[in-house]
Amino acid sequence: MATLIRVLGDFDLAEEAVQEAFVVALERWPRDGIPSNPGGWIITTARNRAIDRLRRARTYEGKLRELAALEPPGEGGADMDPFPDDRLRLFFTCCHPALAPEARVALTLRTLGGLSTAEVGRAFLTGEGAMQQRLVRAKRKIRDARIPYVVPAEHDLPERLRSVLAALYLVFNEGYLATASDGLVRRELCDEALRLTRMLLELMPDEPEARALLALMLLHHSRREARTDAAGEMVLLADQDRSLWHAEEIEEGLGLARRALRFQPPGPYSLQAAIAAEHVSAATYEATAWPRIAELYRLLLEAEPSPVVALNRAVAVAMAEGPEAGLELMDGLLRAGDLEGYHLLHSARADLLGRLDRPDEAAAAYRRALELAVNPVERSFIERRLAGLGA
Amino acid sequence: MKYLLTLFADEDARAAFKPEQQAQSMQAWDAYTKDTVAAGVHLGGEGLQPSSTATTVRIEQSGDHFVSDGPFAETKEQLGGYYLLDCADLDDALAWAKRVPMPGGAVEVRPVMNYEGSEMHTNEAEAEARR
Repeated sequence: MATLIRVLGDFDLAEEAVQEAFVVALERWPRDGIPSNPGGWIITTARNRAIDRLRRARTYEGKLRELAALEPPGEGGADMDPFPDDRLRLFFTCCHPALAPEARVALTLRTLGGLSTAEVGRAFLTGEGAMQQRLVRAKRKIRDARIPYVVPAEHDLPERLRSVLAALYLVFNEGYLATASDGLVRRELCDEALRLTRMLLELMPDEPEARALLALMLLHHSRREARTDAAGEMVLLADQDRSLWHAEEIEEGLGLARRALRFQPPGPYSLQAAIAAEHVSAATYEATAWPRIAELYRLLLEAEPSPVVALNRAVAVAMAEGPEAGLELMDGLLRAGDLEGYHLLHSARADLLGRLDRPDEAAAAYRRALELAVNPVERSFIERRLAGLGA
Repeated sequence: MKYLLTLFADEDARAAFKPEQQAQSMQAWDAYTKDTVAAGVHLGGEGLQPSSTATTVRIEQSGDHFVSDGPFAETKEQLGGYYLLDCADLDDALAWAKRVPMPGGAVEVRPVMNYEGSEMHTNEAEAEARR
């Protein structure tokens, strides 16, 4: 599929050609027997269908020549995807910065993830029609602006890879932040994100940031059973039953993180993986290496200055040096204004104010957080905290 | 494929250039233009006089015309120039856009419409084939 997309430069044409090939297969194989190389047969048939279509459309002499020259894969193995390089090109094309971020995610899930348009829509709480529109517009932009199907050149690779990793992490986070009620769809997103990141790492085994992203996802994912309680309520890291954490995933994640961190200087995903590794290696919340985590967040802030990272650092500093130190940083963020609309800043401040025995201010901060929070599981958590203040 | 690079910048900042900055800027533009020519991508390009010299003509549905002083849109950053480049693909065009010597400005990169080429025919023919 990826190969055909590259040669034809048109997602829809490639998809239709492959579908037609499958229809023919369904008709012929029961009658004639399954060919020794079914993948190759599909590609060859799809290619021929596409050639016919293009001939009818009277287009692109060059494209026809290229398609015709496409060597049918050897009769050797049952290799369903003899052109792995094309998947890599597809990753970079789907996640091109010239496409809107939502479009990148949708396109990646649709073409590399193999999700249906309806499934992608459900995952992002968008109607199928709206998602279809988004995909159509993105494909049109690729064609009309001539976004090339290439793995970017060395000098462009860091920036372009960041875009791919960001899209994959976005998919993971959509699944990770699921509410208990629509758990099934969202869990599939985490699995899909993991699968695609593994695929990317296989294709780019020397990229430490890709390895680090997989590590990060696995380390987050290992805690999935402990993050909500039987009632579907959110359980903070501090209160999680660590025996529910998945040891195999932790082991794999730690190994990957260690390998990624051999490369200096560490990139943003490597730093985040290092932070996750610290959390997961601690026997208890209190025993966690907070000063080390605070330092890692400081490095992350340098690599990726963002108010959210600054907030996370403030939380770590509060654990390492005491609530006053953390509150000072958070008040600074509030004054700077970027995060005023971010519910987690207010709930984090509220938590510290509570610890400093300032319940009225804590209550005010929780209320502000409630005004802003959307996720029902988070809202329920904040409500309980507010009630617990008794202020 | 042809791409139009339209250049947007804060005119007030540009106007406030000291003579040495002016000279440096002119040199940088000159060098950039020479590079596009040497690379064989240059089809055209000009700097425009400031938006204060612009006049806009509105063409009404009725056929009436409305002439007014000023640029098309009153925005903080104004259109200041353009390049027409013949590039292999968008990445190539973006690479040239990134090299435009205009710190603090923006470059819009848009493919030029291709009427006689295959794209339009493909769309029609494919629609035909699907029917």
